[in-house]
Amino acid sequence: MSDFFLVTSMVLSLLVLICLYRGVRGPGFFNRIVAVNVIGTKVVVILTLMGFIYQRVDMFVDTSLGYALLNFIGTLAVAKYVERKGAI
Amino acid sequence: MEMIAVILVALGIFLFASGTLGLIRLPDFYCRMHATGKCDTLGALLVLLGLVVYNGFNLVSLKIIFIVVFIFVANPTATHAIGRAALVGGVKPWTKDSPPGQESSSRQER
Repeated sequence: MSDFFLVTSMVLSLLVLICLYRGVRGPGFFNRIVAVNVIGTKVVVILTLMGFIYQRVDMFVDTSLGYALLNFIGTLAVAKYVERKGAI
Repeated sequence: MEMIAVILVALGIFLFASGTLGLIRLPDFYCRMHATGKCDTLGALLVLLGLVVYNGFNLVSLKIIFIVVFIFVANPTATHAIGRAALVGGVKPWTKDSPPGQESSSRQER
């Protein structure tokens, strides 16, 4: 079962790399923000899977919870700033 | 029980892959947001629920369920906030008459 989780997290890492293309090349500011949000959601799932691979779920799940909170707060802060000031 | 977990995780990976395909291939910022906002939420929900089913019932599963509920509330909210900021900021949606391979607004090119 650990091998299945390993393959799953490898596939998710590949998807993160594909999303990073949109984050680097994507025309304009908003495409990059969407790509960063998507990568953050994927990284939350990858962190939980890492806990199952290393048999230390009780430690990794707290990190994953904190990362989910930070991802939401960061995206919301940037969106509100841009809405008030106009595109950077 | 492991079979249900494998099926749930595989469905979640399929949804993540289709969301990434939409993020790469769709023509406009709004279309990309439409693809990723739903596919990522449901994909994360399915993968984490598969892990809960595999783990059994204890405190770690409760924390994972809390992550699932938080993502289910927060991810559409973040998507809506970005979309509203773009609409207020003057990014025009893509239409059929737009020339292919070109972004819609000049403010977006920076």
